[in-house]
Amino acid sequence: MRYIDEFRDQRLARRLAKTIAAEAQPSREYRLMEFCGGHTHAIFRYGVQHLMPPNVRFVHGPGCPVCVLPMACIDQAIALATQHPVTLCTYGDLMRVPASERKTLLKAKAEGADIRMVYSTQDVLRIARHQPHRQVVFFAIGFETTTPPTAVAVKVARSEGLDNFSVFCNHVLTPPALRTILSAAGPRGARLDGILGPSHVSTLIGSRPYWFVAQEFGIPVVIAGFEPLDVMQSALMLVRQLNEGRCEVENQYTRAVTEAGNRKAQALMDEVFQVRARFEWRGLGILPDSALTLGEAYADLDAERRFPTQVAAAREVRGCECPAILRGVKQPTDCRLFGNPCTPENPMGSCMVSSEGACAAYWSYGRLREPARAGAATG
Amino acid sequence: MTSERRFPVRLDVRNGAVDMSHGSGGRAMAQLIGELFRRYLDNALLAQGNDQALFAPPPGRLVMSTDGHVISPLFFPGGDIGSLAVHGTVNDVAMAGARPLYLAAGFILEEGFPLAELARIVESMANAANAAGVPVVAGDTKVVERGKGDGVFITTTGIGVVPEGILISGDRAEPGDAILVSGSIGDHGVAILSKRENLGFETEIHSDSAALHGLVAAMVEAVGEIHCLRDPTRGGLATTLNELAQQSGVGMQIREDAIPLRPEVAAACELLGLDPLYVANEGKLIGICPPDRADDLLAAMRAHPLGADSAIIGEVVEDPHRFVQMETRFGGSRIVDWLAGEQLPRIC
Repeated sequence: MRYIDEFRDQRLARRLAKTIAAEAQPSREYRLMEFCGGHTHAIFRYGVQHLMPPNVRFVHGPGCPVCVLPMACIDQAIALATQHPVTLCTYGDLMRVPASERKTLLKAKAEGADIRMVYSTQDVLRIARHQPHRQVVFFAIGFETTTPPTAVAVKVARSEGLDNFSVFCNHVLTPPALRTILSAAGPRGARLDGILGPSHVSTLIGSRPYWFVAQEFGIPVVIAGFEPLDVMQSALMLVRQLNEGRCEVENQYTRAVTEAGNRKAQALMDEVFQVRARFEWRGLGILPDSALTLGEAYADLDAERRFPTQVAAAREVRGCECPAILRGVKQPTDCRLFGNPCTPENPMGSCMVSSEGACAAYWSYGRLREPARAGAATG
Repeated sequence: MTSERRFPVRLDVRNGAVDMSHGSGGRAMAQLIGELFRRYLDNALLAQGNDQALFAPPPGRLVMSTDGHVISPLFFPGGDIGSLAVHGTVNDVAMAGARPLYLAAGFILEEGFPLAELARIVESMANAANAAGVPVVAGDTKVVERGKGDGVFITTTGIGVVPEGILISGDRAEPGDAILVSGSIGDHGVAILSKRENLGFETEIHSDSAALHGLVAAMVEAVGEIHCLRDPTRGGLATTLNELAQQSGVGMQIREDAIPLRPEVAAACELLGLDPLYVANEGKLIGICPPDRADDLLAAMRAHPLGADSAIIGEVVEDPHRFVQMETRFGGSRIVDWLAGEQLPRIC
């Protein structure tokens, strides 16, 4: 496959691995947080960690949109689909995320709620056009990357006069999450030496929003693509910054990311959304100015206003370490539930659901590598 | 011929639709069977006209298998639910090394389903059965109310005979055995996917749906010591290898760069975030045999049209965890786990 195979080339990988091993100083540790679930997935799927020297380690970050969604959000979506006569549309990954009392959207669907899995916002518009007499709600989630398609759908719905379309908006923003992780000191915080910055998110927002990481926290950032060679080259760039005592925001993913980002998409986001004063993140708590809702001009398309729901306080599964794992403080194998009973077939926490979740990646691709800690490796 | 005389007005196959009377057991049902099903699926055993087919069992050990088909969409590039219902069961029978003899088919039709489409499906089924040389000798038709089905569901049951001296079973893989696959993986799943209305991508990929008993016969004749055969349908290559590893109490080590994969399928999977190892096949098989017979088996497979792209993709190893592991093209190594959840529902 052109433009894909080049970034998965085995010979280049070996050469990069050799360079990293030669340049990483044995006397120090390099703890690099890959922010995105896309990075985590690539690291495990291609076995990148095994090509690194032991003192260069990846710490998994919170950048998996499904994983950071609080349980209350899924509870609210289920309430929306069961307390109102609506068709609720959402992306496939969300279907199996556990809500309170071990409910999921998938189970709610089996019990009769009209919940549909879609691949894009265009599907939602199509469904809304096909059934003009039934309300269709799009359960929108994701970081900045997925906001323009939602914004476009909102604008199309408005221009077509699709009165039965609305959005349950749960889009979240990357920089506030990064700030929270870096601000957490003491036992709640992770020790980090460098950050592999988001790739797709940065195509939109550019590299400038990460300057505070280097300036305020003194931690270098390299914006990294999602292919395995991107991840390795970015790790090398971080190792070099640390060795040379530099602390900068560098861009490895130059084929898609610029300093200013995609201004057209940014303008679209500004037009359609407004920042929420507060939003709860799984693992990170309630963060100010960290999520989006529909702006006043489109408030009539806001499903939260159109369909008020009654939801009891969410109850997290006891013992689930997803919050600490999302902050980079713990590894999946530190969780007592990992592998028993929590597996991708029977997820107790959100990190075990999405293929971008750290727990699912560990379990599906890497559990053999940590046999001493993964007590359930034979399960 | 008598059926035509019984019904003064012929079944309107072109414009008609299934209604509840077609499942009632009365005249309407008899007419549907006579003028539609029997028109295409005609054979001596079916023509006995009884509620069962009567035949003398051949000498040897018999195998029997059944498979329900609920695929959506009903028609897809490279086949339809009719041909799939024949291939699916013929293959399940053949994976014991058997020669399939007969099929039985049960149809569940939804009220309102166009008779023209039903005729297309039954004709395709008859063509597949004729090509495979495995006649449909018994059948059943039921009708459910509109909204209680999805057009048509077909369950087929097959019976076959295993040649003397052949013992093929999922629990026979041994450390050292070679693992072979009969061609490119993921074609069926991607072909189905391309026709799902909400995906909207265009491709020339056809389903690999095919009856594999001819290939199996050639393999068994060349290498009688084959330990395991299985067709990697739902869950794809990865899930089937895990099933076999579990059943045999062994591990498996495969090489990503040895697994045949069409560039179009790889590209479609890349685009949709699917792993081709988990995408369904309907005309491929996995064979496991002693290492010293692997080359002979590979040669026999490649000599058959349905196995032209066969490859040795790895070997069986000792492993108390019963893991399937893969050396990635990138040079790393990873576990290839069972499929969790559904990548895509209703693909067969």
